[in-house]
Amino acid sequence: MILQWTLVMLIVVSTTIGDLLQSIEMKRHGEVTDFRPSGIKAALIGFAKRPLLLWAILSMALSFFTFMVLLSIADLSFAVPATAGSYVVETILARLLLKEHITSYRWAGVMLVTAGVALLAA
Amino acid sequence: MTRMPFKTRILTLVVILTNVLGNFALSFGMKARALATSPTFVSYVSAFFSPVVLLGVSLLVIWLLSRMALMSWADLSFVLPITSLGYVLSAMMGHWFLAERVTSQRWAGTLLIVAGTLLVSFTPHKSQSEKKS
Repeated sequence: MILQWTLVMLIVVSTTIGDLLQSIEMKRHGEVTDFRPSGIKAALIGFAKRPLLLWAILSMALSFFTFMVLLSIADLSFAVPATAGSYVVETILARLLLKEHITSYRWAGVMLVTAGVALLAA
Repeated sequence: MTRMPFKTRILTLVVILTNVLGNFALSFGMKARALATSPTFVSYVSAFFSPVVLLGVSLLVIWLLSRMALMSWADLSFVLPITSLGYVLSAMMGHWFLAERVTSQRWAGTLLIVAGTLLVSFTPHKSQSEKKS
């Protein structure tokens, strides 16, 4: 059980770092509004110039491989909901680092997810 | 929610199914093989490249791309709750096809997570501006 939760924690942390860096860099890049092939090409070139985006992709890759390792030792019906813990960490960090405004409804949603993950642990 | 175009419904179905089936294939593939008896680095790498796991990875790639496309067609407040169905479906797949013992506590936890996702999806998706694209 300890090994499984360690893997879950590693997944949650790497997912969070990946999503956070991605969010920061995508906002610096600006909204992608042009979805014609030329627009997509321009956007991809723009993405390549964003250094943090590479780290975001590496974090997400780490998270994915760790998820595969977790699936080798844990139930699917445990692994999928347990990794939802990343929602909670991400919301807190979005408030602290990205200065996003989290409404009370959102906090309530986060509490429900936390309670759900806690039930898996019990 | 007004009547949704046919293509959006189909894409929504693709997003949900590729997510659930992709995770299922990963789980199935990572549990089979000699991994359980000898969990070495080499056996992990060979498991990563086994056909079932590769199928799972491909399905998850389709999931990621179709989800991005769906987000451009539909509101996030639609995408989020409908795709959180994946949590419940994953638990069902585990129960039916992987012979996992899904306790009532685990069902309750899964449903709470879905409820949390639903609640978040009812909130405005962009806090700074009311811009609608």
